Amino acid sequence: MEIEQLEKVASQVRRDIVRMVHGCQSGHPGGSLGCTELFVALYFERLMLNEQDGKPVFDMNGTGEDLFFLSNGHISPVWYSVLARKGYFPVPELATFRKLNSRLQGHPTTHEHLEGIRIASGSLGQGLSVALGAARAKKLNDDKGIVHVLMGDGEQQEGQVWEAVTFAPHHQVDNLIAFIDLNGQQIDGPTVKVMNNLDLGKKYEAFGWEVISIEEGNDMTAVLKGLYEAKSRLGHGRPIMVLLHTGMGFGVDFMMGSHKWHGVAPNDEQLAAALAQLEETMGDY
Amino acid sequence: MKKYTFTEKKDTRSGFGAGMQILGQQNPNVVALCADLVGSLKLEAFIKENPERFIQCGISEANMIGLSAGLTIGGKIPFATTFANFATGRVYDQIRQSVAYSNKNVKICASHAGLTLGEDGATHQILEDLGMMKMLPGMTVINPCDYNQTKAATIAIAEYEGPVYLRFGRPVIPIFTDADQKFEIGKAWMVNEGTDVSIFATGHMVWEAIQAGELLEAEGINAEIINIHTIKPLDEEAVLKSVEKTGCVVSAEEHNRIGGLGDSIAQVLVKHLLAPQEYVAVNDSFGESGTPTQLMEKYGLTAKHIVEAAKRAIARK
Repeated sequence: MEIEQLEKVASQVRRDIVRMVHGCQSGHPGGSLGCTELFVALYFERLMLNEQDGKPVFDMNGTGEDLFFLSNGHISPVWYSVLARKGYFPVPELATFRKLNSRLQGHPTTHEHLEGIRIASGSLGQGLSVALGAARAKKLNDDKGIVHVLMGDGEQQEGQVWEAVTFAPHHQVDNLIAFIDLNGQQIDGPTVKVMNNLDLGKKYEAFGWEVISIEEGNDMTAVLKGLYEAKSRLGHGRPIMVLLHTGMGFGVDFMMGSHKWHGVAPNDEQLAAALAQLEETMGDY
Repeated sequence: MKKYTFTEKKDTRSGFGAGMQILGQQNPNVVALCADLVGSLKLEAFIKENPERFIQCGISEANMIGLSAGLTIGGKIPFATTFANFATGRVYDQIRQSVAYSNKNVKICASHAGLTLGEDGATHQILEDLGMMKMLPGMTVINPCDYNQTKAATIAIAEYEGPVYLRFGRPVIPIFTDADQKFEIGKAWMVNEGTDVSIFATGHMVWEAIQAGELLEAEGINAEIINIHTIKPLDEEAVLKSVEKTGCVVSAEEHNRIGGLGDSIAQVLVKHLLAPQEYVAVNDSFGESGTPTQLMEKYGLTAKHIVEAAKRAIARK
């Protein structure tokens, strides 16, 4: 896809995010908006996905395709929107987000058999371990697919993350690309104030990872370039960490750069103000 | 009383190791994981024959559970192994979210369960694991009684699709079940038919129950003894059929009296068939250092204690 088309998808995804969160008056718009470029770039351009007649075909094992895991499950709105827009499930189902009897649970789950989801996430710190297991299964199966996993920067405060970070270089997991959404915010405030992670790049390097940085994580061109570079470094015995610098709430001016929109839904007026900033490119659900 | 004899004693964990060796030879999808306790879990033979299908996790149990969940995505059948304390309480949230809620085909295989771990003391002697695991929706919970049964159970759970908790132990105990038995998940095993009291025992307590049955017989009491190797799903039909006949119950387990086998049975009885029940279990306390024999005596988990409980149950009929 051309850059311009990807940006159009991103604009629609952002509309979906704010409308979904508004529709149930709960959910996490900030991190979802900040990671929109990454999700669109992955699903609409970079991931090798099993497809039939131009539509994605989902099976749990993901044989022969790339896999994506979301460890910081609270940014489910961006993932649900991208999965629906990609064709994994019907777009109108986005309207059921966080409502009773929905497959679109507040945090992603396999329990409701939603196409595209392979593990439950929400309780933080578990996704990297799961992705490492899936990467090992791919090697055992002689499957060339690449495993991707996204974590939050606040999530780096969980101990299990560092068990997994230690494991990956020791076992030479080199078919995995991990991302950290570096938006510098968590629920109680800026990450440097709540619990300073210090220099995550240096930490990962010290643990034996290859680290690359995407400084403009909300610039589609920069994200695509970073993803290309990450992939080029696979297969040399080391896991890859991509530090993705994003702005929480990016794309909606009054939500940007503040932890206040981590887990708060817009009211009717705020929704209108947000949608006025985001072009409807693929038709609202 | 049906006679049970033995010629050899072995630890149930060695039954697990033997089962894993067979699985390694028979099922190419079986993968073993361990958190720095390979010798304790008796995995040497599996690792020697299948080095590429063994994953050393180091002292990182949470990561091991997540890895196991991930391995199922790709069709592997991971057996995550460590001591029962570290396989359950330490990683409850990882099991809850990444395994049980995600319905992953992970086998959590836990050795050194209960008091009979012995001298290491209460930090390692988990007595709450059956309760924690049975409370997870979709989790199958199995606690076999000797070497042969543990071996058979290990092989059987690989064939079953879904999360399983398999609990076994450290001490050597008599081998009294058949070497070539077929293990049926969820199917109680009739050890001895009787009419006066139903003794439902699990794990190491099954052998104690057999000895108790012989002591009771000498006093003219005819005990029915049933091995509940699968705590969940519980064989409710077998429980009710037995209690209809005997009218009273003893439950026997190497576990806290709260949340274990006894409570599962009580839940069935209170709904379908009220009957007096006596618990042989640890009385809501932690363990301590000591030899397995000393600990089972001090905490009330011997044949003698089952005999006393049986008499109390009968008196309450």
